[in-house]
Amino acid sequence: MLDVINKSKRSKLFYGLLLIVLVIFSIVTLFPFLWMISSSLRTDVDLFKNPMNWIPHTLYLDNYKEVWTAIPFAKYFFNTFKLSVIITVLQVIICSMSAYAFAKLKIPFKNVIFILFMTNLMMPWHSIMVPQFSVVSSLGLYNTHTGYILIQLFSGFGIFMMRQFFMGLPNELNEAARVDGYSEWKIFWKIMMPLSAPGLSTLGIFTFTFMWNDYLAPLIYLNDDALKTLQLGLKAFQTEHTTDYGLLMAGTVFATIPMVIVFLIGERFFIQSVATTGMKN
Amino acid sequence: MASKRLHNFKSYVPGTMFILPAFVLFAVFIFIPLIYGFVMSFTDYGGFNMKSNFIGFDNYSKLFHDDYFLISLKNNFIYTLLFVPLTMLLALLAAIALNNVLHLRKYLRMAFYFPQITSMVSIAIVWGLLLNPISGPINQMLKAIGISNPPEWLMSSSWALLAIVLVAVWKSFGYYMIILLAGIQGIPTHLYESAKLDGASKFQQFLYITLPSLSPTLFMVLILTIINSFQVFDLVSVMTNGGPGRSTNVLVFRIYQEAFMNYRMGYAAAMSTVLFLIIMIISLIQFKLEKKWVTY
Repeated sequence: MLDVINKSKRSKLFYGLLLIVLVIFSIVTLFPFLWMISSSLRTDVDLFKNPMNWIPHTLYLDNYKEVWTAIPFAKYFFNTFKLSVIITVLQVIICSMSAYAFAKLKIPFKNVIFILFMTNLMMPWHSIMVPQFSVVSSLGLYNTHTGYILIQLFSGFGIFMMRQFFMGLPNELNEAARVDGYSEWKIFWKIMMPLSAPGLSTLGIFTFTFMWNDYLAPLIYLNDDALKTLQLGLKAFQTEHTTDYGLLMAGTVFATIPMVIVFLIGERFFIQSVATTGMKN
Repeated sequence: MASKRLHNFKSYVPGTMFILPAFVLFAVFIFIPLIYGFVMSFTDYGGFNMKSNFIGFDNYSKLFHDDYFLISLKNNFIYTLLFVPLTMLLALLAAIALNNVLHLRKYLRMAFYFPQITSMVSIAIVWGLLLNPISGPINQMLKAIGISNPPEWLMSSSWALLAIVLVAVWKSFGYYMIILLAGIQGIPTHLYESAKLDGASKFQQFLYITLPSLSPTLFMVLILTIINSFQVFDLVSVMTNGGPGRSTNVLVFRIYQEAFMNYRMGYAAAMSTVLFLIIMIISLIQFKLEKKWVTY
């Protein structure tokens, strides 16, 4: 009896310790973000004088104003937003269409095409970025948003994920709709897409985050200042203002806020998309 | 007969129309570049409208005597050897711990996953400041606890690569943690119940039930982290630009420099083929070993 009590006491203590360790670890994990916010609210003089003084005494908000004039921040913001939205919408539609065909329709050489498409999951984009650049520039699309959008629209992951989703929907739905005289186009838009809202949201959020944070492809494809994205802007800003810590941190805070909002709204979709990665193999 | 054939043909029309946009995009922007890349690697193509000549295997034979390329390859392998076990260990520990915790679970999961959703550029900038040898808080803390000569991190050619690995691990372990957590939660509970009846301790349960049941997921995470480690670019580009010297130059960064700064695209295409082969070999090993290693 005593032994059992001791054991439960011990396991409670162990549980408490585990929880404390995890909480400390989570603070360590979030520390760079906390420091980013704290530094953005301080003057550089204060930062260098008292580097360990992480909680600012007075909030210095000028960094958040100045960052909009120090670089064409609004322009970069708009470009990033525009590209992310266009790519997300088009990629979700194009992937869903082909996923629907794989799941429910007849296609010549279905398996061959599917395997070809899925090689995209194994092959990193980096291994074809050089010849792809050559193809895009020979089409006259270098240094255009169109060129950047076009290379992002195909996604093996998206097709795979949506195909899984459509395969989970009963074939009777399609058959009944065909009997009612629905065209495949109408079945796709009026029946399949509304039923796949969770899958579409998962893919959409995944793509949007990826595009918002994309760096290497814009670096290669977008050369004009008027075309550049937020990530390119931040990088250029870092090179020019190495010592303006506060200003630099205010910039990264602004660039991170949209992702935080998307994350808080769609947390379960993020978890879902990662779990799908687990399914992939 | 003819009408049947026509009907047969017609039944393929909707599917073909649905797949057409994805097919065209795949063909033009992925398949053609893939083939073209191999062709290009046998030329001295420079970029844009420059003329190119067929030079056979010259690019490839040059690669094996190119110190700069070999250093970037070596750095990348070191990066992989550090990044993969550290990330897997941290992700596994976090997943097991979270699985045993009932309180604050949602907060903890979000906190660990959070670095994953922020951009590499932002976090590379933040970490660059955090790791500043003089004014950065990390060295300030190290000095405060009595380390008088803390590492110079990104300024030191012997520490810079390790610093980049640590930031990459910090950024990505939460992602793999979620995959592993899903794997752990997928293990049937009756296995644990019967083990408990047999008097197995928590550690024995972990060793004989959790680990073997999790091996397919662990194996997949291993492959994903290895493949991921050969794509590192953003952190290097923002934090060190490949330096100090060549100490953090990695494969994709080298390809980028050759193709888009030195305009030697044929040569860069040959490097890309090496990257492609590395990934293919890993994928083949995965394919072969999956059945052997993975025990259910």
